[in-house]
Parts: sequence; structure tokens; C-alpha cells
Amino acid sequence: MIGIVSYLVFFLILSLIFGIAVLGLNLQWGYTGLFNAGVAGFVGIGAYTMAILTGPARDAVFGGFELPFVVGLLGAMIAAGLAALFVGLITLKLNHEYLAVSTFGIAVSIQLVFLNWEHLTGGTLGLISIPNPSKIWAEGPLAQNAIFLCIVLILGGIIFWALERIVKSPWGRTLKAIREDEMAATSLGKNPARIRLESFIIGCMIMGLSGALYVSFIGYVSPWDFLPILTFQIWTMLIVGGSANNRGAVLGALIVWSVWTSSGFIISRVIPSEIQAQGGAIQAILIGLVLVVTLLIRPRGLIGEQLHVSRHAQP
Amino acid sequence: MFLQHLADGILSGAVVSLGAIGLSLTMKILRFANFSHSELLTWGAYSALIFLSFATSFGGMFDQNIGPFSFGVSLLISMVFACLVTFGIALFLHHFVFERLSRKAGHMTMVFASFGVALILRHLVVLIWGSDPIYFSNDLQFAVLLPGNIRVMPDQVFLLCLTIVVVVILHLFMTRTRTGIAMRGVSEIPDLARISGVNVRVIINCVWLIGASGAALGGVLYGLTVQLRPELGFGLILPLFAAAILGGAGSLYGAVIGGLIVGISENLSVMIIPTNYKPAVPFLLILAILYCRPQGLFGERPQ
Repeated sequence: MIGIVSYLVFFLILSLIFGIAVLGLNLQWGYTGLFNAGVAGFVGIGAYTMAILTGPARDAVFGGFELPFVVGLLGAMIAAGLAALFVGLITLKLNHEYLAVSTFGIAVSIQLVFLNWEHLTGGTLGLISIPNPSKIWAEGPLAQNAIFLCIVLILGGIIFWALERIVKSPWGRTLKAIREDEMAATSLGKNPARIRLESFIIGCMIMGLSGALYVSFIGYVSPWDFLPILTFQIWTMLIVGGSANNRGAVLGALIVWSVWTSSGFIISRVIPSEIQAQGGAIQAILIGLVLVVTLLIRPRGLIGEQLHVSRHAQP
Repeated sequence: MFLQHLADGILSGAVVSLGAIGLSLTMKILRFANFSHSELLTWGAYSALIFLSFATSFGGMFDQNIGPFSFGVSLLISMVFACLVTFGIALFLHHFVFERLSRKAGHMTMVFASFGVALILRHLVVLIWGSDPIYFSNDLQFAVLLPGNIRVMPDQVFLLCLTIVVVVILHLFMTRTRTGIAMRGVSEIPDLARISGVNVRVIINCVWLIGASGAALGGVLYGLTVQLRPELGFGLILPLFAAAILGGAGSLYGAVIGGLIVGISENLSVMIIPTNYKPAVPFLLILAILYCRPQGLFGERPQ
């Protein structure tokens, strides 16, 4: 019984951390129509910033400032936001397809930096023993994980609430207006380029937060955690749950992560250990199938956007 | 060293060119960025492997190596086989995924779907053949010394010649045959082509035939000169897009020249930046071209 509860807590922590990244992507794609194919890169920037700011000091590697958890979270969001500002200024003028290709390229380049800038990132070995704040407050893995789950729930709740407020605000309605018809929005005196950039930065900051939570939970960071497959997973979560709906984003994260972990569990039981690489391939094929089949039979996702008519337009 | 890097660049660029032809055509005529196109290169290479293992089991009649090359007639036949298999996969995907989505939803949905398709295709290769590198032939080859102290393998010379032949054939097809001219018409103004009696379905099949065959040949040649890996195509996504965008979507010669530029700049880049960062070069080319000339080197300025 304890086993099931502690596994459930572990599962919820990871899927909610991914859910936070999905919320960030939802602001960009769902509400603004920005195709960010470099999610893994921004999550990774948040993760590495957290590791550098809060991790222990070590020889030959920059960082290890042992700063408090909250400073790490803020730093991760700021770093991801600055990266997004830089990237956004270069790429947001592009149309959808070119934006997809260039953000994909950005994620590849960021991963190369993680892999090769050993002085900052520890290279292929990554950075280890990143402190987990829950270890200060509790003894034993279950209690610690329960506390960490509370942290994730509180932070995720704040992000969720803030995003719900934001998208219902005049700024949020402008996002949708730009997504639907940029020229019409411009003719009403809105500045699409600026609003797109703002949305892109906020979305990437949320992804950075998700990366920061991920490393402090897992306790280490390595370049292999931020391969393009992470981007695919997060996109699949959004598409399955339903874009332009924050509830859908979180639901998608829970569903896709449970498909991923349960298929991994079954494969590890059924398939002999000599061909585990093939087992991982089955998991990836499954995620791809979930994405393609959802697009074919329910392109809106499980709970898609709820359409609103402006109250001023009603008779 | 400069000449050697240049030669290596042209050789690796030729593979990129072959793959980029199809990507460029799908971007222009089917109007979406197909992230799964590079997986067709992987599938082309591995389906040639299927044919080769059959050919060997029928006695080594065609396995005799031709001249200085590391392959026999069986590899040449396997290339045709690879083109057919890859064309089949492309048609299947078009019919069951991309066409359905283009009718129901926006073209960005097709881009998402291509992400999913790429993931499936790549990992099917891992599932079937495993993730270890495979070689077409284990024979040792001796490099030929060209003037200027350039070393190339005989297989690489074959790669370059075959690429040139393919481009010449495509050029003749596009300029001398009715279907080729109709294809250019569809890529310029689809509606006008349609009311002029062009059968768009035939044209779309042609796009996939050319795109898939180019990808398959590129994949086999990559396998021949480097090695076969499940990530073969995945590592080429950015180079392929860079070539297609550099050349201008829809331009055959643009894609070929774009491919060469990508290959050459990747190989020359190691003279100024650390080798580890080489995979970022195509991305920098994409940014540069989108910034300076978004329609590509040979594309027409949108009116």
C-alpha cells in the first residue's frame, strides 16, 4: 500500500512538473499561435541555471553558489526569459514553419552547449548533488516526496491561476486576436510583434521553472535529459489534452506521462534486458502514435478551446 | 587542409542535396514543413540493406566488387529497391496521415503530425535493426590521392557522379516533359494549374516519387560512405532544412546548391570553431538566410 502511494506521489510530481512546461507551451501555441519546437532547450536552460545557482561548489566548474531554492527558481526563470528574449527578437518575425525550424535548431544548439561547455555545465557528466529543499524539512523518501509534491502543487497552482487570469485579461484577448487575424489586430492599433515577444518570453520562463523543479527533484542534470524527444513529449501532452485550454494542458500531461511510464513498466517486465534499447523504441513509437492518432480523430484534443462570443457582441 | 575540407564538404553536401530536393518540393507544393522527410533517408538506407541480405543469400553472383569500389551490382539494384520501398512509405503516409489532415485541419497540424511520424519511423528502425551502426561492406578501401593533396575514397567519387546524374535527369524531367512542366505550374500558381486541366493528384504522386527516391539515394550513399545508424536521418534534419531554405522552397537547383553550401560550410567551419559545435552550423545558416533573404537564394520574392 505504501508502495503504491509513494509511487503515485512520485508519478504526480514528475507529471505536474511536465504539466508546468505544457502550460508555458500552451500560452505560446494555444493562445498566441507561436510554434516553439525548441521546448527542450528552454526547459534545459532553467534546469542548468538551477543546478549552477544552488548546487555545491566543485573544482574546475563555474558555479556551485549554494544559493537558496527560491533564488534558484527565480534565476532559472530569468535565464530562460533572457534566452527567449534573444531568440524571439531574431525569429518571431518568421512565419509558422520557419519559426518551427529555427526553434528546433535553437534547441539543438543549446544541447550542444550543455554537452560541450564543460567549464559551465560539466560536459557529458553533467552536474550532480543538486540540493532538494524537501530534505531539510522531512526524513524518509515518502515524507520528502510528499513535501516536494506540495511545493510543485503550490507553484503549479500559482502558474495555473496566473495564466487563467492573464488569458482572460485584455492582453490575453489580444493574443487570440493576433493568432486569428494579425492584420485585423494591427488595424485596431495593437502591436503584434511586441505582444508575441511578451507571450513567447512568459511561456519560456514557465518552461524554465519546470526545468528548475525537475533538477532539484531528480538531484542531477545531464545533457541527455534535454534531447528533442522531450520537446515531442511536451507537444504531445498539449495536443492530447487540448490546446488553448489550461485544464487540457494539465490533463494531457497526466495522461501522456502515464502512457509513457506504464508502457515503460510493462516493457521492462516483458522484454528481456538484452534488448532494452528496443523497449525504449516501443515507448517512443507509442508516443508518436498517440500524437498522430489524436490529430486524426480528435484534433481539438480531449478538452479543447472553449469558444467565447464577446459580451459586447450579444444583442 | 583547406582543399581537403572543401572536398569533404562537397561530398557530404551531395547527400544533403539529394535529400533537400524532396523537402523543398513538399514545402512548396504540399505547403508544409515535413520534419519526417529526413527519416525517409534512414528508411532508404535500411531498405537497401534488406535487399542486399537477400541478394547475398542467392549466391554471390552480383556481389563481386566493381573495380575500385566497395560494392557490386547488387548495391546498384538495391538502390532501385530502396527508392521503391521509400516511395511506398511516403505514399502510405501521404494517404493515411497528411492528406487527411490537410482536408480537415490547418497546415500546422500537418507539421505536428510530421513530428509524430518522424518519431515512429526512427524508432521502428531501432526496433527492427537495433541501434548499433551497420556497414554495407566490411572491405577496406584505399583512398585515391588527387592533385592538391586531396584524399577521397572511390565510393565518394561514385557518390558525386550519381548525384550529378540524378540532378541532370531531374532537370530534363522538369523542363522537357509535360508532367514536369505541369509540376512547376502547380508549384507556382496551384489554382491556375488546376483550371488549366492539370491533374493535381498525379502531380502530388510525382512529388513523393521524386522526394522519396532522392531521399532513398541520399540515405544509401550516406550509408555507403559513412555508416548506417537509426539517427542517420535525424542528424540531417537541420542540414536538409538549411539547404531547402537557402535554395528557396520549390527550387530544384536551389536545393542542390543549398545542399552543397551546407556541406561545405559545415566542413570548413571546423577550421574556425571547435568540431563539437559543427552541428549548429546549418542552424546559423538558416538564421542568416531568413534574416537577409527570406525567399532563399533562388526563390522569387513574394508579390
